[in-house]
Amino acid sequence: MCTELKTKRMTTMAMLTAVAMILSYVEAMLPSIGIPGVKMGIANIAVVFALYRLGWREAVAVSLVRVVLMALLFTGVGPMLYSLAGAALSLVLMGLMKKSGIFSPVGVSVAGGVGHNAGQVLLAMWMLETQEIIYYLPALAISGVISGVLIGLAGGLLISRMKNVSGY
Amino acid sequence: MNMDKSMKIRKSDVVLIAVCLLLALLAVLAMFLKRENGARVGVYVDGELTAVYPLDTDTTVTLTAANGSFNTLVIEDGRADVTDAGCPDKLCVNMHSIAYAGETITCLPNKTVIKIEGGAPEGVDVY
Repeated sequence: MCTELKTKRMTTMAMLTAVAMILSYVEAMLPSIGIPGVKMGIANIAVVFALYRLGWREAVAVSLVRVVLMALLFTGVGPMLYSLAGAALSLVLMGLMKKSGIFSPVGVSVAGGVGHNAGQVLLAMWMLETQEIIYYLPALAISGVISGVLIGLAGGLLISRMKNVSGY
Repeated sequence: MNMDKSMKIRKSDVVLIAVCLLLALLAVLAMFLKRENGARVGVYVDGELTAVYPLDTDTTVTLTAANGSFNTLVIEDGRADVTDAGCPDKLCVNMHSIAYAGETITCLPNKTVIKIEGGAPEGVDVY
């Protein structure tokens, strides 16, 4: 790959990471609906965009850098482990779903949403040595499906409309 | 502007969503049908059982976590609830009160899990 393209790619990744961080920040300011673990995850619009426009490795980079930076800036290392576990499972599932070629961004991001919540539940079960925590999973999975659909719809719109603008 | 065709929602997406929701709802239903009334409230810190309280006696206790923080556990009318906590996110305070065996209230920052235990009396080997 020539240097100019490489630089453009890197800059786009940096911008998407910044966008993801802003989205996390905006989401944190919105009132919570009061159920632990239930949120939209609007930062993942940037991750879905990176997945389709740049590739899986780039999406992994954007997502993980966002999680680490947000944790260092705001939440601390403890919650970061849970975010990382969620992000990791979500990225693996989204990568596989996209590779299968039979899903639109909506299906891919639904898998991502459910993966996010499942990753956190699995880590909590392991860290707290309490299997009963899995009882939270069905409710969190429903929440993951709903946010996944919304993120997928927004991401899909963005991906097709940004084509002419960004060159990606 | 035309929407890129590959970005449009497909039948496979709908099937995936339906399957996920169905499985989750079945799991919720199974948990609802299987539930049994609890008898005791167990407090686990870092995976270790540190205290047990009977569910039928109203009481308020302050649980001290390993990191120096606290959770206030209130047992009232056969339900256990966390009403205050020293952790920053207060997710455990926002959780609903619990009464059925296997239900938990979890405080991740304090590594504290409050769990309702089943009907068999304490110390009796049921297996």
